[in-house]
Amino acid sequence: MSDIKQFRLPDVGEGLTEADIVKWHVQPGDTVEVNQTIVEIETAKAIVELPCPFDGVVTELMVTEGDTVDVGTPIISVDVAADSSAVATPVSEPPAQPAALKQDLVPSPDEPGMVTPEEPKRQPVLVGYGVKPGATKRRPRKGRQAPVPEQPPAPPAERPGNGMPLAKPPVRKLAKDLGVDLAALTGTGPNGSITRDDVRAAAQPAATRPTPSAPSAPAGREERVPVRGVRKATANAMVNSAFTAPHVTEFLQVDVTETMEAVRRLREMPDFAGVRVSPLLLVAKAVLVAAARYPMVNSAWAGDEIVVKHYVNLGIAAATERGLIVPNVKDAHAMSLPDLAKALNDLTETARAGRTTPADMSHGTITITNVGVFGVDTGTPIITPGEAAILAFGQIRDMPWVHRGELAIRRVTTLALSFDHRIIDGELGSKFLRDVGAMLEDPLHMLAWS
Amino acid sequence: MTIDSVRGAPGVQEGADLVQLLTPEGERVDHPDYPLELTAEQVRALYRDLVIVRRVDLEAVALTRQGELGIWASLLGQEAAQIGSGRALGEHDMVFPTYREHGVAWCRNVPPLNLLGLFRGVSHGGWDPEEYRFHLYTIVIGSQTLHATGYAMGMQRDGILGTDKAGATIAYFGDGATSQGDVNESFVFASVFNAPVVFFCQNNQWAISEPLEKQSRIPLYKRAQGYGFPGVRVDGNDVFACLAVTRKALENARSGQGPTLVEAYTYRMGAHTTTDDPTRYRLKAEEEAWKLKDPIERVKAYLVRGDLADAAFFDEIDTEAKDYARGLRKACLELPDPGPMAMFEHVYAEGHPLITEEQEQFAAYLASFEGSE
Repeated sequence: MSDIKQFRLPDVGEGLTEADIVKWHVQPGDTVEVNQTIVEIETAKAIVELPCPFDGVVTELMVTEGDTVDVGTPIISVDVAADSSAVATPVSEPPAQPAALKQDLVPSPDEPGMVTPEEPKRQPVLVGYGVKPGATKRRPRKGRQAPVPEQPPAPPAERPGNGMPLAKPPVRKLAKDLGVDLAALTGTGPNGSITRDDVRAAAQPAATRPTPSAPSAPAGREERVPVRGVRKATANAMVNSAFTAPHVTEFLQVDVTETMEAVRRLREMPDFAGVRVSPLLLVAKAVLVAAARYPMVNSAWAGDEIVVKHYVNLGIAAATERGLIVPNVKDAHAMSLPDLAKALNDLTETARAGRTTPADMSHGTITITNVGVFGVDTGTPIITPGEAAILAFGQIRDMPWVHRGELAIRRVTTLALSFDHRIIDGELGSKFLRDVGAMLEDPLHMLAWS
Repeated sequence: MTIDSVRGAPGVQEGADLVQLLTPEGERVDHPDYPLELTAEQVRALYRDLVIVRRVDLEAVALTRQGELGIWASLLGQEAAQIGSGRALGEHDMVFPTYREHGVAWCRNVPPLNLLGLFRGVSHGGWDPEEYRFHLYTIVIGSQTLHATGYAMGMQRDGILGTDKAGATIAYFGDGATSQGDVNESFVFASVFNAPVVFFCQNNQWAISEPLEKQSRIPLYKRAQGYGFPGVRVDGNDVFACLAVTRKALENARSGQGPTLVEAYTYRMGAHTTTDDPTRYRLKAEEEAWKLKDPIERVKAYLVRGDLADAAFFDEIDTEAKDYARGLRKACLELPDPGPMAMFEHVYAEGHPLITEEQEQFAAYLASFEGSE
């Protein structure tokens, strides 16, 4: 005998309406118990683990990872009558009386496979969030014997004041949001006031009416991508940074032939066995050495003071499937070169696997963005909010270059440093960039200056 | 020293003045000002309190995640501060809690189901403050310190201090509340009127996402000196020390010696509430460091080391806590929704003509629907 219950996505924050399904921790056929973690969801506020409200056997996952699900949607069904010892054969129901043979068309609740969804009886409405449209319905009123005198709607022709339509402030707001002209409506509320329903009814045809450009645009010419998650966070961070910190960007072309040679030799050293050594490692090291020489570059603007940090949490901008993220290597300044190489490896692998946590991305102090991997020379990077500088590292390519007084083919890259001009003057920014360049031109400088 | 390096090593700031009677390793240490004698049975009872309130708290968090409660403020990590101070209370004392004092409520015999009812939205508190000598939960930050001070001044005016009916009030609040004007006002009033109130601040290091450095440049307990009454910092994860220090502060208050500020130095191991995500503002390393100071583990270590309890005892308590939580879950899901007429019941203590009239109108309105009586 099975008794299948469904778990509906709850509102785990105050007034959240939806959540993304991040990861299922159980599969159909698994035995679950009350409070066992079954799924991770991401809301607008946090990633949270949901505990199972039932003991039983999972019969179905009703939404898949990556789905955005409205609060109240059934997400999992659990057979609470299943004997957990019979897990191996969760579908073997007693074949005593096939449902099809039954006379009545309405299955009894005891019937195998009969789903008794949790009644959506409690849909808590929290202060300030209002009732979800369609979540409530009016109970029918008794006839004329109603003891409370109902006020007949007054003729709407007469409007008070300067012909201002009668409507409560929230209704006015709704009308404004939906682009409905209140003056054009006839109210059905008390005293001819305009109600939410009136506004919605007026907005309905407008919503279904095609927009003027739509008919001329054949399908597929334009696409609308919802802005959410990482894209939204990136957009906010970029706008926030670009319009609060006055950016200056400087450029420097550098002959990195020696650096490439150093990278080749490091790869052969046993200390770096099993670790990917890339030119980024030496760029990172150069930034760390330069940051120690010019601490003001590794700082943050805090209103009436500048917070100079004597440690470096080195951010590395990474392109992932979910968008741009900037995790950082904590206390990179204190790391040996092999440790730094390993930390950079771990950081990119974690980012690619989509396992970067908010903690990994917070408290950064300075950032490197490796635009070279996209095959471009340079750009004007935007500073990560809360930091003062960002270095863009371009592609490395063979270039004609004057080397020791003669034209030669050398390995050359372009560096771009954007900095917050409130904190860093042109002189300081130039010195920092020049030193990073010098260290990459001759890596021996890293030894001399660290 | 940077902020991060201090935060990276929590406990550095505890300071030499910290009153501790039980180390994180479970070793009993003495303090000259706070002698404490406990029988093995009393220690076992404290252990039971700690384990059960933690389990109740865990169940409430799970119920919230399942959509059965609207919100929950977890006490995880602060059990010792609450049980220690809660068990120091006498029958005439009066408690003014925040919304996180589930452990103190337990000590005052307020049924945990009543707390769940509040957060399920089926009651506005649901217990009689006089019956349990435990006021309703206060959501507004810090305002209860004024209520506690006013109530204490009332006790003073009743002339009961120093008698066998003497009581004191205890106001619970957090580190964030110390930045509120209300708390300052209550400190001033309590001080100049010598009111019998104990200000019990659970400094859990985080006011939602704001760290302690954003609340105070000096240790919080030192603020009392500026108002003219004593301040003590106690290890908030040490149930013995919290018991002894609160006991002494209450005795001083009841005997007319005025207020005390107790700063229980502890840590909120969970989120501020179930709508908060602490990974966005603090580092895992900090939580890991505080895990080593767990308030329950040290009592367990003390019991085991002193041969005061055996494995059967610990199993028994675990089973009791688990069963208690299961019963609580069931009772919570069965809590009835209040009837629509209930909203008129607690507007005034006694009848009021306008409310009576509105009550009748509303009853008639409800009766006008089809299917009503």
